[in-house]
Amino acid sequence: MCLAIPALIKSIEGTTARAEIGGVERTISLALTPEARVGDYVLIHTGFAIGVLDEEEAQETLRLLEELAEFYADEVEQPAGSSPGA
Amino acid sequence: MKYVDEFRDPRLARKLLANIRARSTQSVRFMEFCGGHTHAIFRHGLRQMLPPTVELRSGPGCPVCVTANSGLDRAIALAELPDVILVTFGDMLKVPGSHGSLQTAKAEGADVRIVYSALDALQIAREHPERAVIFLGIGFETTAPTVAATILQAEAGGLDNFYVLSLHKLTPPATCAILDAGEVRLSGVIGPGHVTVVIGSQAWEFLPRDYSIPCAVAGFEPLDILRAVSALVEMVKDDRPAVVNAYSRSVRPEGNRVALGIMQRVFEVGEADWRGLGRVPASGLVLRPEYARFDAALAFPVDPGPTREHKGCRCGDVLRGTVEPPGCLLFRSVCTPAHPIGPCMVSAEGACAAWYRYGGANV
Repeated sequence: MCLAIPALIKSIEGTTARAEIGGVERTISLALTPEARVGDYVLIHTGFAIGVLDEEEAQETLRLLEELAEFYADEVEQPAGSSPGA
Repeated sequence: MKYVDEFRDPRLARKLLANIRARSTQSVRFMEFCGGHTHAIFRHGLRQMLPPTVELRSGPGCPVCVTANSGLDRAIALAELPDVILVTFGDMLKVPGSHGSLQTAKAEGADVRIVYSALDALQIAREHPERAVIFLGIGFETTAPTVAATILQAEAGGLDNFYVLSLHKLTPPATCAILDAGEVRLSGVIGPGHVTVVIGSQAWEFLPRDYSIPCAVAGFEPLDILRAVSALVEMVKDDRPAVVNAYSRSVRPEGNRVALGIMQRVFEVGEADWRGLGRVPASGLVLRPEYARFDAALAFPVDPGPTREHKGCRCGDVLRGTVEPPGCLLFRSVCTPAHPIGPCMVSAEGACAAWYRYGGANV
């Protein structure tokens, strides 16, 4: 129910937009995200964009994750086991 | 896919897991409120990879699962009325109510249709002006604004045959209800990412303030969840509970003000019946008097009769986090996805469905 996936806005007409989700285009509503612009990534939930993704924050998170991963690198053992299904 | 693949990097995930293992020295139990998190945690095998000191417990964050039989029975009774089209999200179809499901009602002749979006229900209403089209409004703060926006669109378009049965629910009051009950000891909460896109990370400040436990709002990829777990472990270790926004590419502290404004324009807060939690004050959304003409509960008063629960089904306990699915005698033996007894086995977000699909009894 609360599933939402990132989609790239390709064009906007009034309060609706065409957005690309994993290579497929569909019409979505921008009624909840009037600030969205062509080229933005938005989170789509049941046909509505519910939020605009922030590229800077995404990069900052990845940078933080790298930092966090390295921070205790000397203290921790290399874990056994499979990859996390990614 | 952008914003997905980079948050599934196995190299980083392994390092984060190693850090969590090294840093986690005391036993903790974190509740993932959201059923989407439960399924992501199982799908990516995160439970097995976390150290034994870190326990993850599923919460009530599955809208289909927490819909009480009283609401579902009402929806079925509405679907059985003549000249009504009952429109619903697909997950609700197979959920057993007191005397049947929407699916059995459909098999017996009721016009029940599945849609992807509330807007699809509006289109059905336009195509069938001679019939009443009732949208079954379930979902948390993620979904409620989309239904509110659809009602505003129906109003603007002058549609007089579109109705909503609002069974929408609010997530913070449910979290409080679980903590207040004190049945399950929690060290922290993994905050629901997409709910929090709408309500904002500030909405969880009551957890450290009133309950002295930390909250980390998480996205749905493995790195998002591990980052949240890592933050919770650190906050417990330092005894400094706070709210950490571990999903900042999507979540703002203040949330989505437009969505909140539309939700609050159409709905007001009221009590709601939850499976597992019972009647919780100020935990649901009802249509405001100005929009009462869209309220299916008012327009079509039906008496679905007394509710009945399946003996032995422990969905209520699973939703409160007091028991895990294998603790239910029906799990796997009688209750399966093909023949579900309770909603937690039906829904794509249900904890029982996750355990059945990915978990086995040894997770």
